[in-house]
Amino acid sequence: MPEPLWRTHPRYWPDVWRRSIQARIVTGTLLMSTVVLILVGWVMMSQVTDGVLESRRTSAQQEAVAQLKSLSSSINAADPTMLNQNLSQLVLGSNRSGLYETVLIPTDDADSTLIRTTGLVESDSVPHELKSSVSTDDTKLWDTYTKINYSGGKSEPGLAIGSQVRVNTTGQRYEVYFLFPLTAQKETLDVVQRALVTAGLLLVVLLGAVAWLVTRQVVTPVRMARRIAERLAAGRLEERMQVRGTDDLARLAVSFNKMASNLQQQIRRLEELSRLQRRFVSDVSHELRTPLTTVRMAADLLHETRDEFDPITKRSVELLQNELNRFEELLADLLEISRFDAGAAALDLEDVDLRDIVARVLENHETLLLRKGCEVQLDMPESCRAQVDSRRIERILRNLIGNAIEHSEGQPIRISTAYDEDAAAVAVRDHGVGFRAEEAEMVFSRFWRADPARARTTGGTGLGLSIALEDARLHGGRLDAWGSPGEGAYFRLTLPRRPDVALTGSPLPARPTDTSRVVSESLVDVGAPYQKLTGGES
Amino acid sequence: MRGRVLIVDDDTALSEMLSIVLRNEGYDTYLVATGDKAVPAFREFKPDLLLLDLMLPGMDGIDVCRAIRAESGVPIVMLTAKSDTVDVVLGLESGADDYVVKPFKPKELVARIRARLRRMDEPGPESLTIGDLTIDVAGHSVKRSGETIQLTPLEFDLLVCLASKPWQVFTREVLLEQVWGYRHAADTRLVNVHVQRLRSKIEKDPEHPEIVVTVRGVGYKAGAD
Repeated sequence: MPEPLWRTHPRYWPDVWRRSIQARIVTGTLLMSTVVLILVGWVMMSQVTDGVLESRRTSAQQEAVAQLKSLSSSINAADPTMLNQNLSQLVLGSNRSGLYETVLIPTDDADSTLIRTTGLVESDSVPHELKSSVSTDDTKLWDTYTKINYSGGKSEPGLAIGSQVRVNTTGQRYEVYFLFPLTAQKETLDVVQRALVTAGLLLVVLLGAVAWLVTRQVVTPVRMARRIAERLAAGRLEERMQVRGTDDLARLAVSFNKMASNLQQQIRRLEELSRLQRRFVSDVSHELRTPLTTVRMAADLLHETRDEFDPITKRSVELLQNELNRFEELLADLLEISRFDAGAAALDLEDVDLRDIVARVLENHETLLLRKGCEVQLDMPESCRAQVDSRRIERILRNLIGNAIEHSEGQPIRISTAYDEDAAAVAVRDHGVGFRAEEAEMVFSRFWRADPARARTTGGTGLGLSIALEDARLHGGRLDAWGSPGEGAYFRLTLPRRPDVALTGSPLPARPTDTSRVVSESLVDVGAPYQKLTGGES
Repeated sequence: MRGRVLIVDDDTALSEMLSIVLRNEGYDTYLVATGDKAVPAFREFKPDLLLLDLMLPGMDGIDVCRAIRAESGVPIVMLTAKSDTVDVVLGLESGADDYVVKPFKPKELVARIRARLRRMDEPGPESLTIGDLTIDVAGHSVKRSGETIQLTPLEFDLLVCLASKPWQVFTREVLLEQVWGYRHAADTRLVNVHVQRLRSKIEKDPEHPEIVVTVRGVGYKAGAD
């Protein structure tokens, strides 16, 4: 389960984002609901504002019309010569209710001293646009929203309504503006806005929480399934998911458990098969080996006294002896291979010097070396220690060196060892016929022979390199083959020096360094992935 | 007559063949086909060496081995069809001195039998001391403060070999050659198992051996210091 976002370092947030469906869904929900709520709030707010202001405007207009009428009549009724002196009186008289302020500006006279206002209101509270509208058109009532400024520096929002008043006798025109304060309306709208914002925020948080809860419902079983799957993968086959209810997730759990059971069953079946196979190998080994031992001993007895037989019988005894040797080798190799196949091969590690094993193998191959007239060059400068199963490594090297001698064609073979921090390696080089590129992949195949006609006489079971490869794999090591027609062959065995080390490279090169011209070379890397077999019972 | 060999194997053809080969070599042989008859036959025939198949009807070869080892130190050579470590080690731990894996060559078997029947004939010192042990080489006995410790001939040979040169580290291969008589290095598991068994008899604390000491990566030596 991923850590909650707030407990992780911001550096890992992109990771949490990528890995957590829940984080994505919750964030998405928050973003989308915020956008929707802002839109809805905006629409609502403008409708409420329109409604509140429109009603105030209507009543203000009615009021303004009535006052205009009375002001107009009182102006016309006043003595025109005394009008300028009496204007203040008239303006004050038109504003007895005190619910609004009045500003009177003579249209044709630029003298600002003739401007009359009620209370402390400043005449610049009337916007210029309104003024120009009113001064050009005297028939209509104009209005606009404005800011009402008072001489004390205070101001408040308001509605300005203006029109012209004409003195019929002199034709003098006055612009009359009524400034209705909208503070009450603004306060109402502020309250509404605050309520809307609060409700919106609460809604967003609520939606986020709901999204979190809902996804948790879905994600929790999914995460549980993942954990269980990981445990299954780790080999704990008895792990199952809890099934609650009958919904989709419960059905997921049921299907998941069914899959796990089937897997477990299959694996059990394969384990059983493997066990039977191992048992079979063991039985075959005993059942075949005992009679073979008897035959072998009888044949040896005959072989020792073959000089007393007539030539035909003598030759038959020799053939019998030779073929028995081959039969024995083949049986031993076959049993070894089936042991690998059954995963029954186990390592018996000890700390050894690979040079000692090489020396031992060469000692064993002494007669073959003499017969082939083959010279051995050793390039083993330092002690090359590794923790290996010396019996298996000896078998690998016996095979590689034996092959090299067989194919040496009178040319010297070269054996090199090297090691580094993690790995130890042995390479065997011959200058025989080599093999072609297309054959390189085949050399490790079971029962594969470079030249079927020839190989029959040189012996070997055809399983040697397959077994060598399995032995190398068992160590977590690798076996590489290089070959080129006419240039000979080169086999490199690389082993980890300790069983807990994973191989990364090899202290020896993958191909021989002494090749001058290479027509067609082939390098097989049958290595990776070299998974170490877990040693079963042996 | 070079020696008496008791052959315990349920395969009559193999037993007969073994008998022919061994008689040819001058040994006296006696055949038993089932495990449960092995111990009575052993007491009656008093062989110098026992050839024992591991898979036997009646009584398992491992059990036969243990039963005989409980009353005698006679060399036991196992015949086994399995060369896997577990089987071999189990057989050796139950008391066998050596083993041959089927199918074996008659010469190989005879060589092993000879090696096991051969006494350490090179003239050596009459007695050796190693740690608090006194070894009477001629009398084939080992004593710790006057008390005799029972060892099989093989374990005795192994101890004498190590104790005769307490300054020298013996590799497993050298021990195989000197004690078991192998010309070519064979299975070092033989040495490991027998050193363990020897330790369990002569060491005060086999977990922390003081007499037969392991030299890591090389082999063993007698802990003289």
